[in-house]
Amino acid sequence: MSASLSASLAARRRKPLAPPTWLDRYGMLALGLALVGGMSLAALFAPLFAPYDPNAINVDALLLKPSAAHLLGTDALGRDVLSRILYGGRVSLWVGFVAVGISTAIGLALGLAAGYFGRLTDEVIMRLVDVMLCFPSFFLILAVIAFLEPNLTNIMAVIGLTSWMGVARLVRAEAMSLRGRDFVLAAKVAGAGPARIILRHILPNALAPVLVSATLGVAGAILVESSLSFLGLGVQPPDASWGNMLMDGKEVLEVAPWLSVFPGLAILFTVLGYNLLGESLRDLLDPRLRR
Amino acid sequence: MTRTLLRILAKLAWVAVVFFGITVISFWVIHLAPGKPTDLQTTLNPGASAVARERLEKLYGLDQPIHVQYGQWLSRMSRLDFGRSMSGDSRPVWDKIKERLPLTFGMNVISLVLTLAIAIPIGVAAAWKQGGAFDRISTVIVFAGFAMPGFWLALLLMLLLGIIWPVLPISGLTSLGFEKFSAWDKAVDVCRHLALPVFLYTFGSLAGMSRFMRSSMLEVLRQDYILTARAKGLPARTVIFRHAMRNALLPVITLLGLSVPGLIGGSVIIESIFALPGLGQLFYQAVMSRDYPLIMGSLVLGAVLTLLGNLLADMGYGLADPRIRQTAGQAAGQGARNGEDA
Repeated sequence: MSASLSASLAARRRKPLAPPTWLDRYGMLALGLALVGGMSLAALFAPLFAPYDPNAINVDALLLKPSAAHLLGTDALGRDVLSRILYGGRVSLWVGFVAVGISTAIGLALGLAAGYFGRLTDEVIMRLVDVMLCFPSFFLILAVIAFLEPNLTNIMAVIGLTSWMGVARLVRAEAMSLRGRDFVLAAKVAGAGPARIILRHILPNALAPVLVSATLGVAGAILVESSLSFLGLGVQPPDASWGNMLMDGKEVLEVAPWLSVFPGLAILFTVLGYNLLGESLRDLLDPRLRR
Repeated sequence: MTRTLLRILAKLAWVAVVFFGITVISFWVIHLAPGKPTDLQTTLNPGASAVARERLEKLYGLDQPIHVQYGQWLSRMSRLDFGRSMSGDSRPVWDKIKERLPLTFGMNVISLVLTLAIAIPIGVAAAWKQGGAFDRISTVIVFAGFAMPGFWLALLLMLLLGIIWPVLPISGLTSLGFEKFSAWDKAVDVCRHLALPVFLYTFGSLAGMSRFMRSSMLEVLRQDYILTARAKGLPARTVIFRHAMRNALLPVITLLGLSVPGLIGGSVIIESIFALPGLGQLFYQAVMSRDYPLIMGSLVLGAVLTLLGNLLADMGYGLADPRIRQTAGQAAGQGARNGEDA
């Protein structure tokens, strides 16, 4: 054991000599972009690609196996699974983007206020962050969705309202380190008010980590939406979402396993794409982590 | 000494503030939502008159303004009285929660231990040879793990191990005829039923935990004292286990505290898939039937468990790292993103 470890120590010492290849540096980014781009295009142009109407019931084609006519098979109502996955992708991406938009906006506003003004403002906002982080937030989301109507607007709002804490912390840290810099002091001396300093001088310099966290946030929001739909509290039938397709699939797991496989693959690839994109952006934007 | 005392006091004050905040937000959100639990018993029932409805609302105190209701709820809470369930059986909320707590708690503790036992070695090994074969393979698996929805993996495993190759039961906690089993067979039966759920819990937190351990270890390996230890010719084993791993474990303690809300949320999905009579399933039923006292009770319990996890993590952190004893409250600040991932 010790011998092999010393050998690896030697290997570590030699390592910096080999320059990283293109694949090492941009492989993750390329794969992430390809997955995100592919899924987005498929969802965006769903009406063009979808071979059937996603909600068209066909009693002559119940629970068909994947075939040339129905590439990914049909469900218990004879609806084409491929078409439903394509249309379900629109729901997932829309929820992901809007929910992250909401959480990023809240996180930016509170984080900037806390970091720039400090003192009591900071104290109050950070305690609110503590409270929200200690929330069993999935419980809260479930309760709210069950009480309000489970429609898209409510789902996006609730996911957004329960996921802004990470952004707030990031932005606060950036704002705190930026507010003492010379260029901020210079702006202050030149007579700029707090609004101008925050928006013109601090915000643009704090955007890089926010971009990373928003990219990763899309993946998280898509996962939450599909979990909600899987529990029957998300997108309501007959509209397709990957989560409620899996819920339907569970009922006929024994006779029609393809209903439980393909929508899950769609979630997997989409979430994987956003995660890869986010992580590689983080590596590219943070030189300290570059190897 | 006084400093330690101050630190503990500050932490307790923080816990009180957070607890108060959680109950206020929960109560407010739940009670301001349109519709009332009495709707189910009256509007859906044509025989019920407006008078009956009013009487029901009065019985549950729903006719009072919300801050009064909150005050009443809080004063009952301080006597550890969670009220009675609004569902048909109207049993005390605490009784309903108590009988379901051991299953959910037990599954989570077992899977947490498993997660740590697997994730820490993976993280250490991956960081030690950063960019090596093991690091690459484990990174691929971690990313797949992050992107894999737990409920989908559950469906796939049910399909594989319950239907195609039926080796494990896929629903409930016990088999038919459980009462007649011998003690040993009972234990085996329950273990077989819990195998898949525990595996899923573990898998769910494995990716985040091992990734976190890896980056924490990388951070430590960059430090000068590691260079010193290597330079003076210490064997690699000593450097890894005595110098690096001990320090790298500190942030993981914090992550444990922050992972509690995610585990509680995950239990709703896993228990509903496998039809397990745990807290998550109880909460799901409570939400569906708008059982206010039961929902509030579950939320409060979730919050208490989370805060407890946080406090324990903080204390563990203080015990493990003497430097921390001097700066209060900051420990909870790290690893925020990882907490949300769960």
